[in-house]
Amino acid sequence: MFEYYLSLLVKAVFVENMALAFFLGMCTFLAVSKKIEAALGLGIAVVVVLVITVPVNNLIYNNLLREGALVWTGMEGAESIDLSFLGYLSYIGVIAAMVQILEMFLDKFVPALYNALGVFLPLITVNCAILGASLFMAERDYNFAESVVYGAGAGIGWALAIVALAGIREKLKYSDVPKGLEGLGITFVTVGLMSLGFMSFSGVQL
Amino acid sequence: MADTPKGILTSPIFANNPIALQILGICSALAVTTNLSTAVVMGVAVSLVTAFSSMFISMIRAHIPNSIRIIVQMTIIASLVIVVDQLLKAFAYETSKQLSVFVGLIITNCIVMGRAEAYAMKNGPTMSFIDGIGNGLGYTVVLLFVGFIRELFGSGSLFGIQLLEKVNDGGWYLPNGMMLLPPSAFFIIAGFIWLIRTYQPAQNESAEFKICPNTQAKEAV
Repeated sequence: MFEYYLSLLVKAVFVENMALAFFLGMCTFLAVSKKIEAALGLGIAVVVVLVITVPVNNLIYNNLLREGALVWTGMEGAESIDLSFLGYLSYIGVIAAMVQILEMFLDKFVPALYNALGVFLPLITVNCAILGASLFMAERDYNFAESVVYGAGAGIGWALAIVALAGIREKLKYSDVPKGLEGLGITFVTVGLMSLGFMSFSGVQL
Repeated sequence: MADTPKGILTSPIFANNPIALQILGICSALAVTTNLSTAVVMGVAVSLVTAFSSMFISMIRAHIPNSIRIIVQMTIIASLVIVVDQLLKAFAYETSKQLSVFVGLIITNCIVMGRAEAYAMKNGPTMSFIDGIGNGLGYTVVLLFVGFIRELFGSGSLFGIQLLEKVNDGGWYLPNGMMLLPPSAFFIIAGFIWLIRTYQPAQNESAEFKICPNTQAKEAV
């Protein structure tokens, strides 16, 4: 049992890396990777939000939205109600609400962390990695425990990738890049090479 | 030039491309471009969602309280994406299966949010609609460019029609497998950015450091 979850975690972190294999959260990935500290802060925020929202969305999907999920209400004809088309709306609502609650909670109880995360928390609502993880969770039919592990793995993988990229970019500042490739262009090439590196994890099984 | 309807429609395509210059909406641009037909479908879907969400948001922009505007925008966008998703499932089921989660991810596509926030909140519905179409087209152009290269060199076909005979089928073309893998998309977009910036040097980013030219090498005496 433990091995199964470990394998799921490793798969989510390395093999199916959110940023480098599925290109999710690319906008923030490229925009906030100029400094290691900022990248680390955002990475931690993403892990926290993913660990909370994926399981919550999992509960919503399994108990409210999927076909026949409303049987517990005892309503007539509940077996045939399929609300899964409302998925997008509910996931994004949950994510926006969770981020807002987390922000207020941190502001009140952990001001140090709140100040460290600063502007990154609200940014996370529109990070596709967060919504993407929820959608993958629904598509692959994870149960509750699996969704916790998957959320953590996806978050750690993304954080790892952005911190690594920030490290490379800090060094890259000093290199002599062709005129038109400077800035965004060379960053894309770097991410492409990192992605090639991460390809070598594919097929890893535990 | 940017104030006439035509200028608003065409400037995002090359001069102010959402992907190459504004760094918006990259996620899906990379993932759905292994073949041209999904790229076309995705481009059309994003253009329509951007245009209509900009229009609706612009219509009610005077009534949206500033503090909850993100949630209001999200709700409008998510509803439109649900419509697109249901349409795709009804009329193009195969493509919708290939796109999998990326249709849903239009919600968090920064182009849609970005245009709603930057343009639709300040301008009238008609102009916002045109702006949405223009930015959607800019996105589609990049998608088509990447999709064209990846499908032609990766599997020797365009829109699923075999153009270059593959070695496996007795032809001469040995497909470049890397084109079908994720990293190639990054390289192609980098090339695209390079291309645009070569023709429009104004978009070049200024260097943070000036690097001294190599000192003249002297022969050891």
